[in-house]
Amino acid sequence: MGDLIEVRKLTRFFDLGGNQLVHAVDNVSLTIGEREIVGLVGESGSGKSTFGKTLLGLHDKTDGEVIFRGEALPKKYRPADFQKLGTKMQMVFQDPYSSLNPRMTVGEIIGEGLRLRSSLSASDVKEQVVDWLEKVGLHADHMSRYPHEFSGGQRQRIGIARALILEPEFVVCDEPISALDVSVQAQVINLLAELKETMGLTLLFIAHDLSMVRYVSDRMAVMYLGSLVELGKADEVYFSPKHPYTEVLIGSNPEPDPNTEKGRVSTSIQGEIPSPVNVRPGCRFANRCPKVLYVCREKTPELIPLRGEDRLVACHLIS
Amino acid sequence: MTAGKENVDSGIPLLTVENLQVEFDTYGGTVQAVRGVSFSVDQRQTLAIVGESGCGKSVTVQSIMGLIPTPPGRITAGSARLRGHETLGRSTVGGKQIRGAEIGMIFQDPMTSLNPTMTIGDQIAEPLQVHRGYSASDAFTEAIRLIELCKIPEAAKRARQYPFEFSGGMLQRAMIAMVLSCKPSVLIADEPTTALDVTIQAQILDLMQELQKETGMAIILITHDLGVVARMADEVAVMYAGKVVEYGSADDVFYHSAHPYTVGLKEAMPMNDPARQHVLKPIDGSPPDLFAPPAGCGYCPRCPYAMQICSERQPQGHNLHGHHFASCWLHHAKSGRKPETIFFKDAR
Repeated sequence: MGDLIEVRKLTRFFDLGGNQLVHAVDNVSLTIGEREIVGLVGESGSGKSTFGKTLLGLHDKTDGEVIFRGEALPKKYRPADFQKLGTKMQMVFQDPYSSLNPRMTVGEIIGEGLRLRSSLSASDVKEQVVDWLEKVGLHADHMSRYPHEFSGGQRQRIGIARALILEPEFVVCDEPISALDVSVQAQVINLLAELKETMGLTLLFIAHDLSMVRYVSDRMAVMYLGSLVELGKADEVYFSPKHPYTEVLIGSNPEPDPNTEKGRVSTSIQGEIPSPVNVRPGCRFANRCPKVLYVCREKTPELIPLRGEDRLVACHLIS
Repeated sequence: MTAGKENVDSGIPLLTVENLQVEFDTYGGTVQAVRGVSFSVDQRQTLAIVGESGCGKSVTVQSIMGLIPTPPGRITAGSARLRGHETLGRSTVGGKQIRGAEIGMIFQDPMTSLNPTMTIGDQIAEPLQVHRGYSASDAFTEAIRLIELCKIPEAAKRARQYPFEFSGGMLQRAMIAMVLSCKPSVLIADEPTTALDVTIQAQILDLMQELQKETGMAIILITHDLGVVARMADEVAVMYAGKVVEYGSADDVFYHSAHPYTVGLKEAMPMNDPARQHVLKPIDGSPPDLFAPPAGCGYCPRCPYAMQICSERQPQGHNLHGHHFASCWLHHAKSGRKPETIFFKDAR
């Protein structure tokens, strides 16, 4: 099992003007193996979505590169690049309400990619759309309906069908379940897992629901303020977090079990995620970290492997 | 807290809701949003109301607060009594305003619930002037104290800022400060942490628990997150399709779940317990249309244990033990299926 995607020092800044630079994604390196699900967690504002979008070329890269099957992807995508890479990489978006064009029928939405990127005839496209509607648990006669006629869970299935009809190898799922009810979340997760098996998909699963990420992912990556702080096997990261931020994040995740919850020592930390504008050197978590050292405010910790474990941690306490 | 003592002595719960029914007239017909909801909550207690979107949990608490717009909304039956006094259709109880003074409420989206054109301090000071007769300057001083109490740093400076200058977590704290200003005996929190990150959620939940310990207020917490329920609740009401389908202590509902819907919810969530790994089991289908509520149990079409009678007649509430109730035909004495064999596998 080789690496499908290698992200090297990916960086994306947004210039606000007046010397203000948002460090949305800063120097993130990560590999994703073939048929692997990597879960990406972090608070809002940590740069998860920007990372996913920059990875797919929806944002231009400020620096760094993305290598897909040994081939470096363009730094700035031109329409022809989207045309070509759209069949290999796709995205499922967070909000099933705003990510579907309300003026297109479901059939048009799902079939658009095929229509633009293949030489299939209109009737063949239609056939495939019907096929996909059924694969994601909808009906063929839903084709002529409009998005507003569907519930959130059904819309998310439409978004999934739209992304997968081109049979991509790699899909970024950006919070695909956070807008859905619990009972429906499980439906969508099981659908994704099933399609991953049958199609041999590789997924980057972005979410803030830690329990769900642990459940679906092979490996888990934790982001804080634009940088990666910990990466390892999902269960290992969840059950024995090494970075103080991961510890806090997982310690704050309420478990559906009163005995665990009532016996839990409060691990909540003070403060909130700081502004990503003009970030200073040093560990980004330093001002909230319960275990902060002098060096943390001076030097930015590197993401280094933990001895004897398949785990990367960016923390001065570890080195 | 003298009123509280009387309560405990007289044995009447602080707030009792009985058989509440609420309808809304729409162009598509009449929606029966709440179809007979009963619960009670006492001082220093936290009741969690859990359920999916559209199950009627928000409408239930809005009815108690008198926030249902009439028309199109209508409370068709039921009662809500605060210390034994009816509150539905009234604005005061014992000379005190119900809304704001006796019962305070915080909402899911603090950004849209606060007035963007008023400073945070003025918004917190307003109820003090309205309900408790403070002068403007005294109210503002008290507002700063409340902001401090809710652990917003640099309270004096923050009081003069506008909502857009606050983060989501800080706004939720400000909203809690506003509610506390009138020392309500009941705090209703409608999905207070749904829009927040887990770390901030933990801070807000800690704050609510701390304030409850100090003031003795009862909390009604509406949420869809069983994790938050497990952390906060003494009592749990599970709602489905406008009805409470299971009611009991947190331990009863989590460890002796007695309704197929509660069981389904638990199985649809990942458990972070390596010893009890399971494959997520979604609940297929979707909730019933409340324009034309089903004759039988609302959960029947999605229920894996449904029987003939479930689609024909409403199940009654069955008292399992103590005050643990479940509305399910499986608990009927003549039911052929033993609920113990289905539900109590997970028992401690």
